[in-house]
Amino acid sequence: MNEMIDNLLATGLELWNWFPADWQTFLLILGKVVLILVPLMLCVAYITYAERKIIGYMQVRIGPNRVGPRGWLQPIADAMKLLFKEVIIPTRSDRFLFLLAPVLSIMPALAAWAVIPFDRGMVLTDVNAGLLYILALTSIGVYGVIIAGWASNSKYAILSSLRVGAQIVAYEIAMGFALVGVLMASGSLNMGDIVEGQAGGISSWYIWPLLPLFFVYFISGVAETNRAPFDVAEGESEIVAGFHVEYSGMAFAVFFLAEYANIILISSLTALMFLGGWLSPFEGFVEAGHWLGETHIFWFFAKACFFAFCFLWFRATFPRYRYDQIMRLGWKVFIPVTIVWLFVEAVMVVAEVGPWAV
Amino acid sequence: MNITDFLFFVFAGLVIAAALGVVLSRNPVHSVLFLILTFFACSAIWLMLEAEFLAITLVLVYVGAVMVLFLFVVMMLDINVAKMREGFVNYLPVGALFAVAIVAAMIWVVGPVGPDVMGTASLDQAVRHAADYSNTEALGEILYTDYVLPFEIAAVILLVAIIAAIALTLRRRPTTKYQTPGKQIKVKRNDRLKIIKMDAEVSND
Repeated sequence: MNEMIDNLLATGLELWNWFPADWQTFLLILGKVVLILVPLMLCVAYITYAERKIIGYMQVRIGPNRVGPRGWLQPIADAMKLLFKEVIIPTRSDRFLFLLAPVLSIMPALAAWAVIPFDRGMVLTDVNAGLLYILALTSIGVYGVIIAGWASNSKYAILSSLRVGAQIVAYEIAMGFALVGVLMASGSLNMGDIVEGQAGGISSWYIWPLLPLFFVYFISGVAETNRAPFDVAEGESEIVAGFHVEYSGMAFAVFFLAEYANIILISSLTALMFLGGWLSPFEGFVEAGHWLGETHIFWFFAKACFFAFCFLWFRATFPRYRYDQIMRLGWKVFIPVTIVWLFVEAVMVVAEVGPWAV
Repeated sequence: MNITDFLFFVFAGLVIAAALGVVLSRNPVHSVLFLILTFFACSAIWLMLEAEFLAITLVLVYVGAVMVLFLFVVMMLDINVAKMREGFVNYLPVGALFAVAIVAAMIWVVGPVGPDVMGTASLDQAVRHAADYSNTEALGEILYTDYVLPFEIAAVILLVAIIAAIALTLRRRPTTKYQTPGKQIKVKRNDRLKIIKMDAEVSND
């Protein structure tokens, strides 16, 4: 038996060495990408289930419980249903752009995961400008929605894409400024370095010195993903379903996947940049070597899950914002708050108050 | 041809093809989307030149913000393609003149003739930086030391431009009704609702 396994391993290694060195690198990267994307897609599928369950319990009802034990197979059933539905393309629509829009909306949501570190050193590409890369990618996600609205050749859809365009440009500025705060605190654009800069337990996380920026970032994140209470893009009571009113089947499902992938992305980013990612909250409070004080990927997942839960919680709690008030909040509240706090932070850095890396 | 060369030709080809698409496509929305593709391919080329800060900023600023607003405006146009193509022959000489002038200027600046303003002669000696080289840091150091004054002046000019643009477009029509959200939030129950006590009415039947 052991001999057989050894033989198998040897043949496997031989096969691996048969590839040229370039191909080996390429295959390794491809393998890592699959290792990130498959669990991510599973998370996306099950966050839809979690959403229906959690909101169900918040509204004192049960939620999906028919498909599989306790409804656990519901997301699979939904995916199968959407796969087999016909994708209807409206007659006077722009055919190519109509089909390109869902792709444009999911592509940045997935590509951003390239620089997200899950644990110390566990990252696909450890680029120096990681934070900038993420900011750039989250900002191009809006094209999917805008193009979908225009290509559908429908009044409701174009209204929605105009709303989204203005909303995302407004909140992106506040979001970018909040990230400038993180950048000033950590002195680095590298995601791994940002997390390592928060070492030393719960009291050294950036959430405390950057509290206003944390709130601005997370709320802007909710607005960027077009989730309730900022979901005027969908606004089912006003413009039917907004930009995806003409979409059906898998084309619609891809928009859905992109939205949930973005939720997980924003949750993970908030956990990484403000709550110390994979660092333990008890570091420095328990004696060295105790398992509670160790860094672990589990901490990262726990923090990200908390924020993902908040997304669902908001949806069950808040009524939809009126559109002019969304704009007011973005331009007249968040941007001044971030600018003022950046000044405060600069003074704190110069006066050496707080846990600054410089 | 190694992989870097191959990628360069792919992206360079994409830049040219997309740029042609900008001028040749009939629909203005398609033109804007081609322009976005051009920016994207350009930024990929800049990435291969180890200018990652510029490359990502190009995507962030132009693709992520400027072109969104561009698209926004173009999408709302009521496009009449036939009318737009009318003056083509009339405008052709002027357009061609500008195209020739720009090509000549570019050859003068980067080509083999003329002064070597871009330092193309020394390009052969360009060295690959180590993996820990940070383009962002290098740019920041130069911008905030050697070029701090021009940099700040540029920032102030941009600020003035923003304020000017807002001031130019700001108009308050007397007929428009405004709400003050702060006031709306401050409203208490007693401001709008009056609860009165009254005795139950007893019917006499």
